[in-house]
Amino acid sequence: MALNDILKHMPSINDAYNDFKACEELSFANLTQNKVLSVPPYCNPVENLAKLQEGNSDVKIHFDHGTTTLGFIYQGGVVMAVDSRATGGQYIGSQSVRKVVEINDLLLGTLAGGAADCTYWYRVLTSECRLYELRNKKKISLAAATKIMNNIIYSYKNSGLSMGMILAGGDMNQVSLYYLDSDGTRTTGKVFSVGSGSIFALGVLDSGYKWDLKDEDAYELGRRSIYHATHRDAYSGGTVRVYHVKKDGWNLISEEDCLNLHRRYQAEKNN
Amino acid sequence: MESIIGIKGKDFVMLAADSTHPHSIMVLKDDENKIHKISDSLLIAATGDAGDTVQFVEYISKNILLYKMRNGYELSPKAAAYFTRKNLADYLRTRYAYQVWLLVAGYDKKEGPQLTFIDYLANTLSVKHGAHGYGGMFCGSIFDKYHHDNLTQDEAYEIMRKCAREIQKRLIISQPRFHVQVVDTNGVKRLEDITTENLKD
Repeated sequence: MALNDILKHMPSINDAYNDFKACEELSFANLTQNKVLSVPPYCNPVENLAKLQEGNSDVKIHFDHGTTTLGFIYQGGVVMAVDSRATGGQYIGSQSVRKVVEINDLLLGTLAGGAADCTYWYRVLTSECRLYELRNKKKISLAAATKIMNNIIYSYKNSGLSMGMILAGGDMNQVSLYYLDSDGTRTTGKVFSVGSGSIFALGVLDSGYKWDLKDEDAYELGRRSIYHATHRDAYSGGTVRVYHVKKDGWNLISEEDCLNLHRRYQAEKNN
Repeated sequence: MESIIGIKGKDFVMLAADSTHPHSIMVLKDDENKIHKISDSLLIAATGDAGDTVQFVEYISKNILLYKMRNGYELSPKAAAYFTRKNLADYLRTRYAYQVWLLVAGYDKKEGPQLTFIDYLANTLSVKHGAHGYGGMFCGSIFDKYHHDNLTQDEAYEIMRKCAREIQKRLIISQPRFHVQVVDTNGVKRLEDITTENLKD
């Protein structure tokens, strides 16, 4: 079975630990074997990495964190919308992150949590999806793609990964929506929002969501939800990107600066 | 934490599980099915750590199916529960123990109905009724009062409704919908969900 071919090569977390028999000897195994990530060269990375992120530590590491992403499924397919801000602690590292990953012309994924973790594992997933196509002469289903990602993530559970992904795509002549995170959760659903701004986005999204939404109204609901999150959440901002996913592929609908959106929505409100 | 409830009757076992999927302070999803159909005569309800529950139940489920393929006959509910316990206990002694709480329900043509309570430490107990999670704490006395050995399916469903009603009344965590499934000599059947709305009737 094709999926089994991929999975049997999947390393267990034990292999990753064994790469570090001696702490002074750094391993670069992940350059050749991309699914065996070199864990930090000390024992119990969860506990010890946390010490480096504490405020009173001499060494401070801030991972890029704050985000708002959302995806919902409706009558006309899936709408995905994201902001574009990357923050490390209080510092805005970037205002131009592309938080929607274009895996292939059918599949899209959003990125929340540790930016480094997400981009790295999406790159691995993209290569796995392409390899599946080459091996089997057909596009991978979203169910299979998310299962591959989930199995990789689950093998690193409790090792300090931080990710929350929403994946959407057309498979078996229908569109589906999946949520994955670094706890090892993999689940389908109608409405998902991930990131520090998700509580704000969901407030608008849940109250405006209907299955029978028209395409234009759905785009606007996604855009508006992200805009309100960029307004309330200091860790979200930059450009609001909206994508539409249908059975035969995805489209980029709009990319707008949240300040322009703010001016427009305020003007509408004052009229 | 979420609730799962199990009741054994004379010739059936009924399971109920709330359908929320919490993530931190948020409800990620409100229609999650926590009762997994393993075969035509075996159900496992699982709650606990987010990734572990699905991963563990799938592992157990596929191995039970593999056993059937290899040997041409199925594991009895008792054997399936023991197999589950053994795996959980073995993993408990590693660095990656599964944090799962289970109810294993099955019907065997010879041995009759079987309900097994298993917690994350692999404590295993064959019970007439059992529950896991915070909601489960409210169910103990309801079982004691209303359960008897000649229970019918309708009576068991009514007890499930009593439990759900009590959880919704007294537990601070919102659990508005319960999935219900029953296993008996005719196989596995899903019953109507118990929801806040239909509890008013």
